[in-house]
Amino acid sequence: MSKLRVAAGFAGALVVLGTAGRWGEAAQAGATVTGRVKFTGAKPTMRRIDMSEESACAAKYTTPPTEESVIVNTNGTLANVFVYVKSGLPAGYKPPAATTPVVIDQDGCHYKPHVFGIMVGQPLHIKNSDPLLHNIKSKGRANRPFNISQPNVTRTPTVRTFSAAEVMVSLECNVHGWMQAYAGVVAHPFFAVTGADGTFSLKGLPPGTYTIEAWHERYGVQTATVTVAGTETKTTEFTFAAK
Amino acid sequence: MTRRTAVVALLGSVLLPAPRSLLLAQDTTAGKVVYEKWCAGCHGEGGAGDGPGAAAMLPRPRDFTFGIYQIRTTATGQLPTDADIQRAIDEGIPGTAMPGWRAQLSDAERRDLVAHLKTLSTFFADTTMRPVPVEFGDPPGGGDEAVRLGRLFYDSIGCRKCHGDAGRGDGPSAPTLEDDAGLPTFAADLTQGWLFNGGASVAEIYRRLRTGLDGTPMPTFSDLLDQQFLTDEELWRVAQYVHSLSPARMPEVRDVVHAPAWSGPLPADPEDSAWAGVEAYWFPLVGQIVRRPRWFTPAVQGIWVQAVHTADSLALRLVWNDRSRSPDTSWLAFTGKVLAAVPGDDSVPPVAEPWPDQVAVQFPARTTTGMERPYFLMGAANDPVYQWRWVSSEGGRTVAGLARGLERFDTLPGSPVGRALYDEGQWRVVFTRSLATADSANPLQFGVERAIPMAVFAWDGSNGEHGGRMALSTWYFLALDTPTPPGALAVPVLAMGLTLGLGLVVVRRAQRRARNTG
Repeated sequence: MSKLRVAAGFAGALVVLGTAGRWGEAAQAGATVTGRVKFTGAKPTMRRIDMSEESACAAKYTTPPTEESVIVNTNGTLANVFVYVKSGLPAGYKPPAATTPVVIDQDGCHYKPHVFGIMVGQPLHIKNSDPLLHNIKSKGRANRPFNISQPNVTRTPTVRTFSAAEVMVSLECNVHGWMQAYAGVVAHPFFAVTGADGTFSLKGLPPGTYTIEAWHERYGVQTATVTVAGTETKTTEFTFAAK
Repeated sequence: MTRRTAVVALLGSVLLPAPRSLLLAQDTTAGKVVYEKWCAGCHGEGGAGDGPGAAAMLPRPRDFTFGIYQIRTTATGQLPTDADIQRAIDEGIPGTAMPGWRAQLSDAERRDLVAHLKTLSTFFADTTMRPVPVEFGDPPGGGDEAVRLGRLFYDSIGCRKCHGDAGRGDGPSAPTLEDDAGLPTFAADLTQGWLFNGGASVAEIYRRLRTGLDGTPMPTFSDLLDQQFLTDEELWRVAQYVHSLSPARMPEVRDVVHAPAWSGPLPADPEDSAWAGVEAYWFPLVGQIVRRPRWFTPAVQGIWVQAVHTADSLALRLVWNDRSRSPDTSWLAFTGKVLAAVPGDDSVPPVAEPWPDQVAVQFPARTTTGMERPYFLMGAANDPVYQWRWVSSEGGRTVAGLARGLERFDTLPGSPVGRALYDEGQWRVVFTRSLATADSANPLQFGVERAIPMAVFAWDGSNGEHGGRMALSTWYFLALDTPTPPGALAVPVLAMGLTLGLGLVVVRRAQRRARNTG
């Protein structure tokens, strides 16, 4: 188990309940929680995927494709960790859904991205860049499921939305059993997914004390409590250990 | 609403003009009573698909708590309509353990049940989730050209990935298919329409293409219409093609397999074109649930049996669909998942191995009369059965022997020649043997004009089947028909000719008379 190091919260906690107008202003600028997700222990070996059945996918790789459940960056951080505000937003905080679509692509018989965040009601554009059949099945529980087919490169993406916050909704292809993606569906814009440098940044937070959760598909979840005020930036760090 | 108020409402609606909703009043309390009596045994008290009977079933009984239904008229992800739920209750889900309840429960009971099922998932209470049936339209005219086009679209939208090139559920993705609960599942064998979960008419198949089967790997193809990847008519063609792969209904089950007398060499090759002209008999198979380990989820649903004989030899052809050519290590994970999903009742839990496919034909080991037959489950210690066993491993092996129950099998000399072929999800095996054998140790001497009891067993190794985990048939009869004596065919032809000739004479006479009098 990792110990999270959170800069202690103080007076800021008292400023949480301002008027709507006041936190509306704060959301414009707001506070930031930033940090990175470290990984300790032996990096697991990712199983090779046999794509011989799908030559069009296999041809997209110069090195043999592998599973993507654990991606440890060269700087010792962990990629594909979904970091988001789990609780602490003012009651009744209902930001409008982002209108910019989140795009998920099926490319080389892998999902790109493998992990992503999306707001409730925000459009998800589902693309297929492979000239072959994928089905994409969403297995939410708080959300209704869907299971659609895309038998070839898509000319226009299929659009879907999620109606309820749910961390995580898993997406899978049944034609290619290894294809797996995860969507963190939240009712606010305070989420991030760690990339190649293992960092995250949650910007524009209203003042308050927040439970920040970091989710990883193999290593589970960790939480941290952070209190922010005004436009300050607090740093927090998560560490996942090899199992 | 109580049962009584529902009845009063119903009566009232007969006497007075009442809104339709009152006429169809549903009673969740009454529905709960019906549910607990008839449904909870499999679907569980709370509807989570976890009743006492559930563990032996694959696919599992529906878990109602997620509000995810396979057979709907609504788009993927939507709730089913009341009529969709009603249909599943009334008619059952073919190909699964779910029977239809129309005969068992009254109209009111079945309607109340729908109301109760909708209380088991919170989604039904969400007014924003009103299910809307998809507009399906009418099928375009069918015919050979429609079927030919349907095959092209079957390929272009990737059906073969799971359902296979011949539609037998043996596509390259078949070994990894799982349902929403992560349990192993399989693509429908499109040549056995009577097992289609949502019905096998062209319209029903088309609906499954439009709505998908939520909870399973089967997606919707509706988005392809919106994206103009495929026209609606082209999707109907796929349904027409799929429909063309199955017989109109489940094959008729007949008690006696007639083996006609054959002139010329016996068709010992499973691919011999002569077999196309030989009557085929359908033996439905069921799981072996008498002895431990009992097996409720057999993969092989039935076997086609054909036989011909000459004066001194017999050829018996068995044809059955099996989505895996076992032993096959690419199915090993699937095998493990099946065995884990259906916990056996053996003393030691089985560990998945790449087991072979097998088939066995069984006859009594002694001459029987009338309906007298040995114990169907491989005989008994004091009343053995004579069996031919074929195993797919090591290029295929055939042995003959005596079985005395499940545990004991003693091979005998004089085994038949077995020749097998696996083709696109189908095994075809031909056994040939002389009718009589010189070896007196061999108990079964075939003879014409005597119906011999016969039964079959089948194992799909990749489905975890070996030993007592198998599919079996009941007893049937094999009758070696006597050859038609030369000239026998000439008699009816002669009689017909004579009748025709006499008729002509009579007609001509009548016409002549009519002319004379007219």
